[in-house]
Amino acid sequence: MIKTDVVIVGAGPTGLFCAHQLGIIGLKCEIVDNLNKIGGQCIELYPDKPIYDIPAVPECTGEELTNNLIEQIKPFKFNFHLNDRVQELTNENDNWVVKTTNGKEFHTPNVVIAGGVGSFEPRKFPTKSAEKFDGTSVLYSIKDKTIFKDKSVAIFGGGDSALDWAIELSNTSKVSLIHRREEFRGAPASVKKIKELSEKNIINLFTKYSIKDVKGNGSLEEVEIKSEEGESKILKADYVLGFFGLIMQLGPIAEWGLNLDKKAIPVNTENFETNKKGIFAIGDICTYPGKLKLILSGFHEGALAARGCFKYARPNEKYRFEFTTASNTIKDRLGVK
Amino acid sequence: MITCPIFFCAYIKAMAKIKYIEHNGKEHVVEVQNGLTVMEGAVQNDIPGIDADCGGSMSCATCHVYVKEDWYNKLPKKEMGEDDMLDQAYEPNSNSRLSCQIMVSDELDGLSVYMPEKQV
Repeated sequence: MIKTDVVIVGAGPTGLFCAHQLGIIGLKCEIVDNLNKIGGQCIELYPDKPIYDIPAVPECTGEELTNNLIEQIKPFKFNFHLNDRVQELTNENDNWVVKTTNGKEFHTPNVVIAGGVGSFEPRKFPTKSAEKFDGTSVLYSIKDKTIFKDKSVAIFGGGDSALDWAIELSNTSKVSLIHRREEFRGAPASVKKIKELSEKNIINLFTKYSIKDVKGNGSLEEVEIKSEEGESKILKADYVLGFFGLIMQLGPIAEWGLNLDKKAIPVNTENFETNKKGIFAIGDICTYPGKLKLILSGFHEGALAARGCFKYARPNEKYRFEFTTASNTIKDRLGVK
Repeated sequence: MITCPIFFCAYIKAMAKIKYIEHNGKEHVVEVQNGLTVMEGAVQNDIPGIDADCGGSMSCATCHVYVKEDWYNKLPKKEMGEDDMLDQAYEPNSNSRLSCQIMVSDELDGLSVYMPEKQV
């Protein structure tokens, strides 16, 4: 069990800057994110795309913005809990008990939800029959590649994950690669390699095909694929892997009783508190009249939510507004002279 | 009283009629202002079936629609990256487009787009 002043759900730009503001006013926080890296959408969706509307930064990429935000909160040495997702929020004597999928438990008076459009999850096959094998022989990520040795593996997708795993697994498994069109979006070198392996009959390549059905009694035996013209083929498969990128799912947030309005959480604009005391929502996930889904709006919301957290974290102290340029207390916190 | 013609003109906005057809067949016909995208037309009119999670930055594939051949070929061609995103859409086919990449103009008056069963 970890006791802290604030748990921040989501390590995107808004969550990171809110952490900064908490650090400035002397509060501690723990940051949880489902991704395996810090940065949220900025790092997952558009690390290389330039952003032009960060105040005083004429142009920067999602990755640069993230790196600068990480740099900015370094002095506070906050903990990140990556690859983990907040599952449950319960109220206990004016405190929130926050439980994660990996079994971590936080006790805190404040939770700041900076969850964007939700957590990133792999996109799954549309076929109903694939659900039956989900997690056993229909997989969307690979933890242990040795299970595929000497097996037939059907890989679906046209990006780097699909190509890299097709190449890698073709050393030890019988690999089929299936993609919905002729062009691949993976790195040109990998595309070239796949074509070579296909010409040598090491990989069975099927373009302009997609999944139709998976079949098997108990364990998976075959996968049926179809072309757009309706022609179908049956491939032997012990495993089916899908690499269609990540989608954003609101997930457990929807169950926390926050009066969701079109996947967004209504908040007040004074401190971005929700209908529940001590639960705040900032960034893309919050909604109020005039809401703009801009990173700069998330920064503003985070700054005010941090002050909102102060009164619950330090009920016996009065919050004093201070400037970073003038306050020695803040300079101490930042470790600067 | 004389109405200022320039002032009056500011209120005439070019619109195109767009038909959004849900997967269950339910149709929604709305006037969408030229210059907006087909995605924005759906979101602003509360038409279900288009999520547009990323807000139109071509990064999420949750505003996926199907456009039948007659209209598909009349639309401005896909820009780089749209097909890559469509790979990650729900059940894409050769009639698939991202509605955030279709800009509404006079030429698109009467366009019909079909929604997939779901976006995620």
